[in-house]
Amino acid sequence: MPKVTYRHHDGSEETVEVRAGTSLMLGALTNGVDGIEAECGGSCMCATCHVYVDEGWLDKLPKVQILEDEMLDDTAAERKPNSRLSCQIEMSDSLDGIVVELPETQI
Amino acid sequence: MSAGDSAGLVVIGGSHAGHQVAIAARAAGFEGPITVLSDERELPYQRPPLSKAYLMGKQPREALLFRPAGFYEEQGIDMRLGVKATAIDRVAHTVSCDDGTVLPYRKLAIATGTRVRPLTVPGSEMGGVHYIRTLSDIDAILAELDRVKSVVVIGGGFIGLEGAAALKTMGRAVAVVELADRLMARGVGVTVSTYYADHHRSQGVDVRLSTGVERLTGENGHVTGVVLSGGETLPADMVIVGIGVLPNQEIAADAGIDCGNGVIVDEFAQTSDPDVLAAGDCAQFQSRFYDGPLRLESVQNATDQARTAGATIAGVEKPYDAAPWFWSDQFDLKLQMTGITAGYDQEVIRGDVAAGEFSVFYFKGDTWLGTDTVNSPANHIASRRLLDAGYRLSKAEAADEGLALKDLVKAARKGG
Repeated sequence: MPKVTYRHHDGSEETVEVRAGTSLMLGALTNGVDGIEAECGGSCMCATCHVYVDEGWLDKLPKVQILEDEMLDDTAAERKPNSRLSCQIEMSDSLDGIVVELPETQI
Repeated sequence: MSAGDSAGLVVIGGSHAGHQVAIAARAAGFEGPITVLSDERELPYQRPPLSKAYLMGKQPREALLFRPAGFYEEQGIDMRLGVKATAIDRVAHTVSCDDGTVLPYRKLAIATGTRVRPLTVPGSEMGGVHYIRTLSDIDAILAELDRVKSVVVIGGGFIGLEGAAALKTMGRAVAVVELADRLMARGVGVTVSTYYADHHRSQGVDVRLSTGVERLTGENGHVTGVVLSGGETLPADMVIVGIGVLPNQEIAADAGIDCGNGVIVDEFAQTSDPDVLAAGDCAQFQSRFYDGPLRLESVQNATDQARTAGATIAGVEKPYDAAPWFWSDQFDLKLQMTGITAGYDQEVIRGDVAAGEFSVFYFKGDTWLGTDTVNSPANHIASRRLLDAGYRLSKAEAADEGLALKDLVKAARKGG
C-alpha cells in the first residue's frame, strides 16, 4: 500500500499506509494522525483539513478545483502556494511517499 | 456529595457533539476521567455521508469514523458503546444506565441529539419503510436495495432530497412527496426551493409538492405503494421517510432541567444546573443571529457548541457565538447556507439562477439575515465571515455584482 508522511507543526513525522482511492484526510483520521479536524467529513466545506504539500509533490497532484480554491481562502492557518485541502487529494500509487505538513491550527 | 474523587466528566451521547465535548474538554485541560455513553454500537461516526457517499458506496464504513479506537484510549476517554443512559440523579450526581451501571459525575454533558419523527399513517410499520438517521438505518436500506426498483421519499427536506438524489443516481425510480408547497421550506427561500424542484425533475425525480400521504399499501407485510392525499397511488418497493426529527430531551426534563424545544443552554452550553451542560441537536439556545429560541440540527452547531461545552467543563470561557452554517449535496449541486433566514421578506439575487450558479441574500426589512449559495462557495464563505463580524450588509451591496464580498470581509475585520 502507498505511504504518506504527515509532518506535524513541531517537526515530528508519522508515516502511514493509505489505500489508493482514499483521501489524505481520511488517511490521517483513520490512522490516528492528529492535526486534521475535517469537520465536514470530506465535503470540501470547512477548510479544516488544510495541509502544506512538500515541494516536488505539488505538480503530481490534480489541479485545485474552484470550490477547493475558494475554501482555501478560509483556512485558519496562512494559505501558501502549496496549501491544499487533504480531503480533495486522493491517494494513488504515483503518490507513494508523498509528504504533507500539518499547519499549526485548523480552527 | 456522593460523587467521589473518581467522578469526572460523563457525556451522554456519542455522535458529533458527544465525542467533540470529550475531546474538547481534554484539549482545554480537563484532567479527570471522561466517559462517553453511546446507545449506538459504533464508535462516533460522521453522519453527513450517510445520505450521500456511504449510501452510494463511495465511502467505506471504516472511513466514517471520526477517530480510531486507539485515539480515545490515548486521550483517556472511556467509550462505552451500546449503553443507554436512562436517568440523571442531580442530587447524587449520578447517571443510571440500561446495563445496570450507575456512574458518578462531577460534570455531565447531554449530547443526546435527535430521533426521527415517525410516520404514523396506516402501513407505516411495514417492511421496506426506512429512515435516514443512523448507520444502521442506512445498512438496512443497503441490505434491501438490490431488490428495489421504485422508491418514494416522504418529505422534501435536506435529508429526503439527498437520499432521493443518491438513489436516483443509483438508477432507481424516485418520487419525492412534500406536504409544503416548496422543497426545503424550513431551510431555504423560494428561489432556491424552486430551483431544486426544477433540478430534481430534470434529473427524473417525480417531485410532488402540496401533497400529503394517506396510507401505505403492502403485500405480505412489505410496502408496495404510497397513497397520496389526492387518491393517486405511487408504486414503491421502498419508502424513505424524512419528515423531521425530535430532540432527545426527556432524560434532562425528567431530571428537572429546564427544557423547551430542546435542553435550554446559555452561551457557555450550561443548562439550568451548573454541573450539567448540553450541546448539539438536542440543545436550545439564544443567538444573535435569530430573534427567538433556536435549536439547530447541523454539524457546525454540534461541533462549535461542543467545543464551547468542553472548554466550560475545563474552566475556560469560550462563548458560542459563531454564525450558523449548513450544506447539502444533491446531484452535482453544492448548496451552502449561512445565517438563519427564516422569516425573510426579500431576496436579493446575484449570479445566474438558470445556470445553477447563484447566491441569494435574505433580508427582513433592511436587516441582512444570511445567504444561500448554489455552486458559489466564495459568497458562502464571505457571508459567513461577514455575519461573524457583525457586518450589516446592505441590499445595494448584496446586489452589486462588481463588489467582491471578500473585500468587505477584509474591511470588516480591519474595522473590528
